[in-house]
Amino acid sequence: MIEVRNVIKYYGNVTALDDVSFTVNEGEIVGFLGPNGAGKSTMMNIITGYLSSTSGDVSVCGIDVLEYPDEAKKRIGFLPEQPPLYREMTVLEYLNFVYDLKKCTLDRKAHIAEILSVTKTADVKDRLIGNLSKGYRQRVGITEALVGNPPVMIFDEPTVGLDPKQIIEIRNLIRNLGKNHTVILSTHILTEVQSVCDRILIINEGRLIADEKTADISRAVGSNRTYSVKVSGPRRDVLRELRALPGVKGAEDTGDGDSDGAVFAVEADRGVDVRRPMFNMLASKGWPIMELTPRGMSLEEVFVMITDEDEKRRASRGVKKTGGDGKR
Amino acid sequence: MTAIFRRELRSYFTTPLGYVFCAVYLAASGFLFAVFTLRSGTSDVSSFSRMMIFGFVVLLPVLTMRTFSEEKRLRTDQLLLTSPVSVTGIVLGKFLSALTVFAGSLLLSCLYVIPLGRYAAEHSPVNGARTFGCFFAMFLIGMCFIAVGIFVSTLTESPVAAAIGTMAILILFSTVSLFNGMIDSYAVRTVLSWFSVYARFANFAYGIFDFSALVYYLSFTAVFLFLAVRVTDRRRWS
Repeated sequence: MIEVRNVIKYYGNVTALDDVSFTVNEGEIVGFLGPNGAGKSTMMNIITGYLSSTSGDVSVCGIDVLEYPDEAKKRIGFLPEQPPLYREMTVLEYLNFVYDLKKCTLDRKAHIAEILSVTKTADVKDRLIGNLSKGYRQRVGITEALVGNPPVMIFDEPTVGLDPKQIIEIRNLIRNLGKNHTVILSTHILTEVQSVCDRILIINEGRLIADEKTADISRAVGSNRTYSVKVSGPRRDVLRELRALPGVKGAEDTGDGDSDGAVFAVEADRGVDVRRPMFNMLASKGWPIMELTPRGMSLEEVFVMITDEDEKRRASRGVKKTGGDGKR
Repeated sequence: MTAIFRRELRSYFTTPLGYVFCAVYLAASGFLFAVFTLRSGTSDVSSFSRMMIFGFVVLLPVLTMRTFSEEKRLRTDQLLLTSPVSVTGIVLGKFLSALTVFAGSLLLSCLYVIPLGRYAAEHSPVNGARTFGCFFAMFLIGMCFIAVGIFVSTLTESPVAAAIGTMAILILFSTVSLFNGMIDSYAVRTVLSWFSVYARFANFAYGIFDFSALVYYLSFTAVFLFLAVRVTDRRRWS
């Protein structure tokens, strides 16, 4: 559905994208994950034809974006980072304008009524966009992307600046859209891609460092589980026993704690569920567990992990290369 | 293109800009008309037209300042440039809508000729060809100024900077004929005279249909609109 081959983009001397290639299949919801400034927006702007790549090809539904821009653009619905809304228009006027702009051929009234109901914006359709709240503006932006029912939808950070309830609503909306559309969305929130996307592309400093199914990433992320345990017992003894426990890679005294007990951070070996032995051991010593919380990996930790692996991979390739050079 | 034309035209009149422009245009033209024709007791509108063209230097940049700079500032250009519309279509749509607002105001000010026919007729009858020529030339020069304004608007994200920049360029273009004679270099003089929008006004004021001037004004407009297209296109590659 979307094919990106060896895309490179320079802004002056700055490399924004460095040889990025990937494909997105029909009906997939793909998440672009990366810190701010990683090149997510640049990649999306190139797919939609707003920016041009320095080199490389992008095709949407088999149509080259550079060669046949109009045909490609007709097949893409795009919500940029900042929704492109005209404040002085009402929602209905705006959607009618977008309808004309995209040269739609669907029945105007029925189509606009339909997408208004999909995004639940029908009740504000006669209000000026300038007077809408942030959440509604975001939804009007998504409605705009839906005009013409394009097969490919691209959302650049669709949930930034929304309150938690709105974030859940927008995520559900995108998940529903994914049933009939191919969706790419970008975010810097790990849980967002985990809850919405089928596949995750991780991008850092302009390079694609991971292209995995969401389930695989979750497993990778979950492989080294860390727990935060609050134990009622003598600090030093508890720490010593925790460290001695088989399956525990390391344990730290976090220094936190209250009258209930002290809080320890326990990291388990890869693939080992350390909770049972930990419970049994502490119970046998008579030190009750007051709290046990699995600590999810933060995006930063995922990044460190994946970039480390990536660098190791590159380093090993580099060694082979220099070996080859040596023979010459 | 028509979608952009319609939206732009509507936005002139859903924001105060269009009304303010029309009001100031009509007030200024009414005042100048009263002073330069009615009070001087002449039916010749050429001095009125000349003054109006100086007025355009200040007025028309206000009409065009937002065309592209505002879109860039509010990032709405992302919608236009990711829609199946050519950049030429976007530029033309915006140009034609600004031209329509201007032409509408100009057409309204043509009504001033009616009292002229009644009161000035006694000693100097209205010359139809001359009067038409003057208004037609005003339209052509306004068209050129709008094209320049749209070009400058593509260069910046600030409407105010666009307006001031356009004014500066237009002041240069409309005063070239005044200081051009003082320049010694023949080459510089020739190049500057290409931009002397004002100099080609004379024939129209005599009631002569100057075809070469018409071609000049149309190509002048085309060049600046083309530059606007190129600047907008180039942004994608930078």
